[in-house]
Amino acid sequence: MAKGQSASLDRKKLLGDPVLVTTIVLLIVFLTVFILYPLAILLVDSFVNESGLTLETFKRIMGLSNFRKSITNTLKVGFVVGIASTLIGLLFAYVEEYVKLRTKFMGGLFKLVSMLPVVSPPFVLSLSMIMLFGKAGIITRFLLKIYDNSVYGFWGIAIVQTLTFFPVCYMMLKGLLKNIDPSLEEAARDMGASRFKVFMTVTFPLILPGLGNAFLVTFIESIADFANPMIIGGSYDTLATTIYLQITGAYDKQGAAAMAVVLLMITLLMFVVQKYYLERKSTATLSGKASRERMLITDKSVTIPLTVLCSALALFVILMYVCVPFGAMFKTWGYDFHLTFKWFGLVFTKYKGFKAFKDSFILSLISAPITALLSMIISYLVVKRKFKGKGFIEAVSMLAMAVPGTVLGIGYIRGFSGGLFGSGLLQGLYGTGAILVIVFIVRSLPTGTRSGISALRQIDKSIEESAYDMGADSFRVFMTVTLPLIKDSFLSGFVTSFVRSITAISAIILLVTPSYLLITVQINEFAEKGSYGIACAFATILIVITYGSVLLMNFMIKHFGTSRQIKAKE
Amino acid sequence: MAKEKKGVRLEHISKIYKDPKTGKDFYAVKDANLEIEPGSFVTLLGPSGCGKTTTLRMIAGFESPDEGEIYLGNEPINALTPNKRDTAMVFQSYALLPHYNIFDNVAYGLKLRKMDKNVIKKKVTDILDLVGLQGMENRMTNQLSGGQQQRVALARALVIEPGVLLFDEPLSNLDAKLRVSMRTEIRRIQQEAGITAVYVTHDQSEAMAISDKVIIMNKGIVEQISTPQEAYYYPNNQFVADFIGEANFLKATVEGQDMVNINGSKVKCATGSLSAGNECNVVLRPEGAALTDNGTVKAKVVYSCFMGPYQDYHVMVGDTLVKIQDYNPKNSKIYKVGDEAFLSFAENTLYAL
Repeated sequence: MAKGQSASLDRKKLLGDPVLVTTIVLLIVFLTVFILYPLAILLVDSFVNESGLTLETFKRIMGLSNFRKSITNTLKVGFVVGIASTLIGLLFAYVEEYVKLRTKFMGGLFKLVSMLPVVSPPFVLSLSMIMLFGKAGIITRFLLKIYDNSVYGFWGIAIVQTLTFFPVCYMMLKGLLKNIDPSLEEAARDMGASRFKVFMTVTFPLILPGLGNAFLVTFIESIADFANPMIIGGSYDTLATTIYLQITGAYDKQGAAAMAVVLLMITLLMFVVQKYYLERKSTATLSGKASRERMLITDKSVTIPLTVLCSALALFVILMYVCVPFGAMFKTWGYDFHLTFKWFGLVFTKYKGFKAFKDSFILSLISAPITALLSMIISYLVVKRKFKGKGFIEAVSMLAMAVPGTVLGIGYIRGFSGGLFGSGLLQGLYGTGAILVIVFIVRSLPTGTRSGISALRQIDKSIEESAYDMGADSFRVFMTVTLPLIKDSFLSGFVTSFVRSITAISAIILLVTPSYLLITVQINEFAEKGSYGIACAFATILIVITYGSVLLMNFMIKHFGTSRQIKAKE
Repeated sequence: MAKEKKGVRLEHISKIYKDPKTGKDFYAVKDANLEIEPGSFVTLLGPSGCGKTTTLRMIAGFESPDEGEIYLGNEPINALTPNKRDTAMVFQSYALLPHYNIFDNVAYGLKLRKMDKNVIKKKVTDILDLVGLQGMENRMTNQLSGGQQQRVALARALVIEPGVLLFDEPLSNLDAKLRVSMRTEIRRIQQEAGITAVYVTHDQSEAMAISDKVIIMNKGIVEQISTPQEAYYYPNNQFVADFIGEANFLKATVEGQDMVNINGSKVKCATGSLSAGNECNVVLRPEGAALTDNGTVKAKVVYSCFMGPYQDYHVMVGDTLVKIQDYNPKNSKIYKVGDEAFLSFAENTLYAL
């Protein structure tokens, strides 16, 4: 039995809605040109030379010992960081969900820890690590009197990345633990299992796919990370930094492209496993809602050590962040602790700080609303409409999550510096602010889309259908029904993408031209030069901006958000 | 009130879905031919999964048929999107816009039609009067009870004066008592507005109470289109007989015109086109027979229970279990389990299939 005319009728109906069709076409073009095309170009670059299809380029780069070394380095860091972040994340999540926290202070501490990595540029911890534990580090040099401690290299990267990424695991696992029905564990306890036994035989197996999920997410983040290895890696090169040096130092564009393909393959593989296997599995085992509240552990022999351990870790992380503004205010870090504003002064006088903030701010502010709107449109199409090409749109916008910034950057260089396919078409884009905005959009699209999709899934399909049925076309339905209903998600998408853009570095550093000064690039530059005072001053101001944006967002959601508006009138 | 009552016609409509588990295609609706008269109230009735909602959604335009053509009035509408069809739907979940108040919800369709503000105001006020929600314009949807939300959904659909009004199980989220009063209300409003209505439900008493005609569906196939009375007294087949009300099926042989033999006893029974010698099933409604000492068909009581309005019996006729409800048991003999008795049938009550 074959499907009859319904497919052609659906197509006719779709064409009867020109705004919708145009949107879909434009979206597909955008995703193809700015995500798929640059990646495809990398493949072409690395597999094709004058003599046709070839593996020469790969042979050549595999012959480079520093490249081979960087692969093992990257994987080693990825594994260690993935495991460490997952375990620490699990500890925090477990303590929050299972252990009676004595004070409000602890709750605040946990919240702060989960919030800090979101609002800070991704590499400030490297700065603080050097300032606390490096040669001139306050802790190593002044407290412990060690004068030759080196934080550069494997352990530096691993520690900094773990501290940066574990809050992500913590948030993921917290959600999972919350959904475990307490009666499962109570049943096991009731049958005589000890608390430890319950954890090992009930809780742990239930969250195992979730743990795998958290591990892979961190793993991908870790191997895609560019700035931390750049600042604290020293001579310990990872793939991301090797690629960067290959193109900026050795001017070997083909080699860099091939290296980028290797990095992309690794992240892509991890992403596919994570997205299509583990994510599905972890929601399958834990679909139920907790039937009632969990009895928290009050046993002091358990609570005290766990609380102390978590607090110590949390305080340590916070200390590292606090180190940044202080770094910007001490005369000479490690030698002269008189407070001064000279670094802030220098930022704005000698180092064109005002222009840097203006450029970063404006570019991010342009990309944020576009990203937010785009991701809401994509989520609407994916969740509420059916049409050919929907799978493509969803897959490609999610795929962007698995593409490391460095890879995207190389792809853009190779794909756009000579125009599309070297034809000169769209060449004008290269080197402009527009391409930076596009990179910002592409980099933030997956997160926005993800939150949009989950928000829309909660809205009864028939609400939009009713508007459609009343005579509204897709555009009207989207503007008068969908968007108002997911205003919260839109707002948070707006701010998240603003924050992500203004703190982004990996792809941008490859594409930015001297006509644009970006804060993150400045911080990176000064940190590499060892001018920590300036770097800290830049970073401090940046954190203030991003934190301010997040506060503003929360305020907006609270006062203008959908849920509040509906609740308030109740 | 409606500018033009429109009929709906479905010609050879089929809808094919893919079973998500087996990956095989199956007919959700198969070769449905329906003629819905302008101004009539028609119910699509059947158990869940019978294709009734799919049919309704094809009329609304949310689903596209795989075969056949749908006409609204005389216009073929297969290729029209829902927003361009002259239909309005009342959803099971009401689907009110939660960020609008009642007035804006009802005015939504009118605003899309770019009507004058004052006209909109008048129309909305009038329609809210009609559904009994005067003065509630400024409430938010979540400040209303389920029944009130249902009225808003109805008002919103009515106010745009559609050619056809579609109902998708609109009462299934209400409690039993409210369901009964709302269905009378819906019928009243439909009559007052004089609008064509297609109504989907799985509740046969609801269908009987409000419809001019019922369309009984099973597994994608239209089993019967008739008035509720016809469906009850003259069902097309066992499925319809069983689905509409309660039915006993007695095995019998046709003896001649309107005469059958049940378990050795000759009984008067409408035989329709069946001819002598045919095996058949005689449909007996529980209230269609009483137990007596001198009736026609012999039966043995296996269950007897006083229910108030009636005495509830299960009796064996041969090896068939038959359920009988003997009304007003106060004045009749009560049989106990194990008693032998005879069924005596009411006039014109039996119908052979």
